Amino acid sequence: MQKKRRRARPGASKAGPRTGGLPKCPTGIQGFDEITGGGLPLGRPTLVCGGAGCGKTLFAAEFLIRGAVLFGEPGVFMSFEETAEELKANVASLGFDLAGLVRRGRILLEHVHIERSEIHETGEYDLEGLFVRLNLAIDAIGAKRVVLDTLEALFAGLPNEAILRAELRRLFRWLKVKGVTAVITAERGREQLTRHGLEEYVSDCVVLLDHRVNDQIATRHLRVVKYRGALHGTNEFPFLIGDKGISVLPITSLGLTHRVSNDRVSTGIPRLDAMLSGKGFFRGSSILLTGTPGTGKTITAACFAQAAARRGERVLFFSFEESPNQIIRNMRSIGLRLEPLIRRNLLRFHSARPTVYGLEMHLATMFRQIAEFQPHIVIMDPITSLMAAGTDSETKGMVTRLIDYLKGSQVTSLFTSLTHGGHALQQSEIAMSSLMDSWLLLQDFEGNGERNRVLYVIKARGMAHSNQVREFLISSKGIDLVDAYIGPSGVLTGSARAAQTAQETAATLANHQEASRRKRELDRKRSALERQIGGLRSEYEDSAEELRQIDRQVGTRVRLLSSERTELGRLRHADVSEATRVLGRNGANGLKV
Amino acid sequence: MKKIISAVGSRKGAEWRLRLYVAGQTPKSLAALSNLRKICKVHLRGRYRIEVVDLLRQPELSRGDQILAIPTLVRRLPVPVRKIIGDLSNTDRVLVGLNLRPAC
Repeated sequence: MQKKRRRARPGASKAGPRTGGLPKCPTGIQGFDEITGGGLPLGRPTLVCGGAGCGKTLFAAEFLIRGAVLFGEPGVFMSFEETAEELKANVASLGFDLAGLVRRGRILLEHVHIERSEIHETGEYDLEGLFVRLNLAIDAIGAKRVVLDTLEALFAGLPNEAILRAELRRLFRWLKVKGVTAVITAERGREQLTRHGLEEYVSDCVVLLDHRVNDQIATRHLRVVKYRGALHGTNEFPFLIGDKGISVLPITSLGLTHRVSNDRVSTGIPRLDAMLSGKGFFRGSSILLTGTPGTGKTITAACFAQAAARRGERVLFFSFEESPNQIIRNMRSIGLRLEPLIRRNLLRFHSARPTVYGLEMHLATMFRQIAEFQPHIVIMDPITSLMAAGTDSETKGMVTRLIDYLKGSQVTSLFTSLTHGGHALQQSEIAMSSLMDSWLLLQDFEGNGERNRVLYVIKARGMAHSNQVREFLISSKGIDLVDAYIGPSGVLTGSARAAQTAQETAATLANHQEASRRKRELDRKRSALERQIGGLRSEYEDSAEELRQIDRQVGTRVRLLSSERTELGRLRHADVSEATRVLGRNGANGLKV
Repeated sequence: MKKIISAVGSRKGAEWRLRLYVAGQTPKSLAALSNLRKICKVHLRGRYRIEVVDLLRQPELSRGDQILAIPTLVRRLPVPVRKIIGDLSNTDRVLVGLNLRPAC
């Protein structure tokens, strides 16, 4: 018999990437190869265990089908439970053409039927018949992958457990020697991983599948319990069975290595752009918009969406509470017309009740929508509704994966988050806010018998954002942000702000009037003084003139006198010079005035 | 090797058709064959026919009768089909298995 068996061919498969020593066999299952660093151990058996209905058979089938389709590795599916026809029908519903692969000889389905009632045991035996069948099947198509689903049916069908255990041990060894990568499924046991302790024999890799119900919502989880000789993600990863098979959704696999953009996108509200250092959000960033009910979250989101769509960008709007038509109608009331943008295929709505299915299904739907529509901007309104579909930590995990995915593809994402009363900042989205690049808070201010909305920018990574509170006004023309009045009595909004503004205007007006009155008075005073100055000046001029006349008269008189005196002297023959000297001094004095 | 290595009491239209599956000449297979012959001689004289199938030579035959364990004795006739696994060393159990003796 040995001569018929081929020798083990470790690493013979060209599909097996060698990452850090142990060669791996990629499963092609979305996400699984990432958490295991390349797939299952090549040429070794892997145990996949889990309870009823958690997807063991599908995991195994997808491993084979992807192997045949993507990696060109033929496979044998040995089923102990389902017949070939059942298997084909089951996986066809997940979009796999198993029947076609079987026809083309890429996959061989081998149904092993065991009926306890037909079997009587007398004495020693072994399972050579199974080996022969498996060997025949493997050699028939040159299989590199083998699935045994599920070996535990042997325990039900064959009575002697001691023989069975010895034979299973031999089977796994034989599979290794044969060099095929095998997936063996087993039912989850009570105390141990599998009901019959198969994990004792399969020591290379054990994958545990789990189907848990939390608050009436079922989520599937996958965990790599053991992977000998390789690093692997040890966490539990949610996975889902969608219409394209299994996808495992690893949180850690994407890492924090996405590109960043310096591009900015407008918020659609000019004053809000101004608060974000004048330009709006960074492209590809994630934005959280929190607020109590009725603070205008959806409206803000819709404004953002409209502005983007008008620039010609595609916007995908996930709504978990309102139907698209309701949003369109409501936005019309504030002057946002969304229908033309929808018609131009720039805006797309996707509405789904959060509780309609589990979180992982939501995530898968979103991924698919995003991949299909290739949006520039994604809006989720509100993300908190998804909390109803899972626990806080699950939701956070989901949002993390979503953000990673969106950032990786440079999609700007806006999440609204509903907070319930109390102090908005202390709610559970604290956990979520750390994931976000920007955080806007919408709040209600109650006072003077009215409620007014205000908006804060709590954080905006990478920009000098405003620290000011703005009053958030919603009118039939859309959103406007106005400066709230900040005074000794705190922040005033709404009518209180209006009253305060009016009061200030009145005070200013009064000041103006007082000032102009005083100005007029002073003007009057000044002109009076000027008039006085004019009077005095003319008086002064008069006296100066008078003085000059006096001088002139004195001069004339002196001249007359001296000429008289000269004449007299001449008549008397007196000395001239003395009389001239005295008069000359007096004349000089008089002229000086 | 011939498909049928033994056809003891092989007259046409034998009521009992038995097929023994083996894989090579292992001690268990040889023991099973000799035990089967003894039992048949005693309990089914002249009414049986035994085929022995060696799966190492004809592995494709393993599918038809859904053979897992070796050795396996299959009672093909009379219907219903019954399977007895093991080296047939426990005669009583074989007789019960072949429905030659009611289970007690």
